[in-house]
Amino acid sequence: MLNQIAQAIVLGGYYALIACGLSFMLSVMRVINLAHGSLLVLGGYFLWYLGEHYEISPFVGLLALVPLLALVGWALQRFLLERSARGGELLPILTTFGLSIVLDNLLFEQFGADTRSLAPYIGDLAWDSFELPGDIFVGKIGVLTLVAAIVLLGGLQLFLSRTGTGKAIRATAEDPDTAGIVGIDARKASAIASAIAVGSIGIASAALGMRATFDAYAGGAQLLFAFEATIIGGAGSLWGTLIGGIVLALAQTAGAAIHPQGFLIGGHLAFIFVLFARFFFLPGDFTYRLRRIAGLAK
Amino acid sequence: MAETTGPMLLEAKGVAKRFGALQVLSGVNFTMGQGEAVGIVGPNGAGKTTFLSVLSGAHAASEGRIVFFGKDITATPAMQRCHMGLVRTHQIPRPFSGLTVFENVHVAAVHNGRRNTEAAYQATLEALDLCGMLPIANRQADTIGLLDRKRLELARALAADPKLLLLDEIGGGLTESEAEELVEAIAKLSARGISIIWIEHIVHVLLKIARRLICMDAGRIIADGDPQAVMSHPEVVKAYLGGSPE
Repeated sequence: MLNQIAQAIVLGGYYALIACGLSFMLSVMRVINLAHGSLLVLGGYFLWYLGEHYEISPFVGLLALVPLLALVGWALQRFLLERSARGGELLPILTTFGLSIVLDNLLFEQFGADTRSLAPYIGDLAWDSFELPGDIFVGKIGVLTLVAAIVLLGGLQLFLSRTGTGKAIRATAEDPDTAGIVGIDARKASAIASAIAVGSIGIASAALGMRATFDAYAGGAQLLFAFEATIIGGAGSLWGTLIGGIVLALAQTAGAAIHPQGFLIGGHLAFIFVLFARFFFLPGDFTYRLRRIAGLAK
Repeated sequence: MAETTGPMLLEAKGVAKRFGALQVLSGVNFTMGQGEAVGIVGPNGAGKTTFLSVLSGAHAASEGRIVFFGKDITATPAMQRCHMGLVRTHQIPRPFSGLTVFENVHVAAVHNGRRNTEAAYQATLEALDLCGMLPIANRQADTIGLLDRKRLELARALAADPKLLLLDEIGGGLTESEAEELVEAIAKLSARGISIIWIEHIVHVLLKIARRLICMDAGRIIADGDPQAVMSHPEVVKAYLGGSPE
């Protein structure tokens, strides 16, 4: 029992890590990035490629991947989201959906249906574990992922609350026109936010590839986990995302304990339960409550 | 047209603004010198707020040119006009409600050439102090009342280091004594040499600061000059007051 809870918390750390970029983009840009999972897998392939062909450790590969993805995030905002946002708030979401299909199929065309993993390039770390009192073993990768999630979410929270750029991003998220009038470069603030959101996906890519395998179409499931963690934790709250990830993992673990095939169902049920509970307890009319839950309204 | 005093600060030449078929401003000519405090009055729908929006860059002018400090800013985006010192407040305050009062002001201080430095911090404190907001600096902006939201609007504009402050009915909706408080703060700014254009319906409040008055009606300036002369101008009486001034 204690062992299962410990494993669930570690898994929750992974969910929080993959949800980080999605949650950040939702909270400060009000965009649900449906290409999030595909970008995650793209990052995984990038690290795999470096390991396979150049024997570069994924940890070193991250030094290149994070800036590259940040650049992708910047371009995503400047060339796709910014333009599509002129057509209403649903259009950017559709745009990212289209992007995810393009990315998935490009990856499939390039790398085929074989599953890949980063485990071969990280040595003992792939299977080493820490022993906790009570004969509980937790994998080092899992602990590293949990720590990475806490550092990343905490760092982003500090960045948003303490730095001038962070405040500009929050102000722009709320009211881009007024932001311009008080001298904030709203386009720049949004592009920086997008660069951070997508750049942070790189770290999650490493975690994805180190703890399991992936293929070209693995993004959908990862997106779903990330989305569930984000929503359970309260759309738009970064610390909430950490809690959301852990709650999701606990629910999945509980599901698996009840029925051998209950793992995913447990998570989905927790997600739907939180969704309904929040919907019924929120004030306001039907549409407003829907928008609140989706993180599209304040 | 009234004589401007001091070196030229702002010049609007033939400024027109249309929203579709709706002509809101037509051929507005206006000049003001550095350090001037100009009041704008006029009936609802006269185009006062639109004129301010065109000056601040929130709306692009359909016709005409705007010159600020000798530079043509007709096509300059709002953000850059703000950096040049042309800063406005809104009739209905628009604070960033997810930020604290301090953060609202600080974000303006940081993004107008000071970066995230001690100077920005000091400018924030000074602006908050001048508007009497230090005691509530750490409140979330969506929890404060109307007077405080108006003060915040002013403090945020101040933190942007304005050379010309555009005030849009900052006293509107406030009680007499509340409006007096804001007037005191604005008088201090004027005394420091910050130029002001101020739209206000409560004329006697306006006249505590403004030495020059403009009356707008139907998208034009119909009178401009000494406040008393403007208020008794026959067209003004007809358009705006519907009777004799108080």
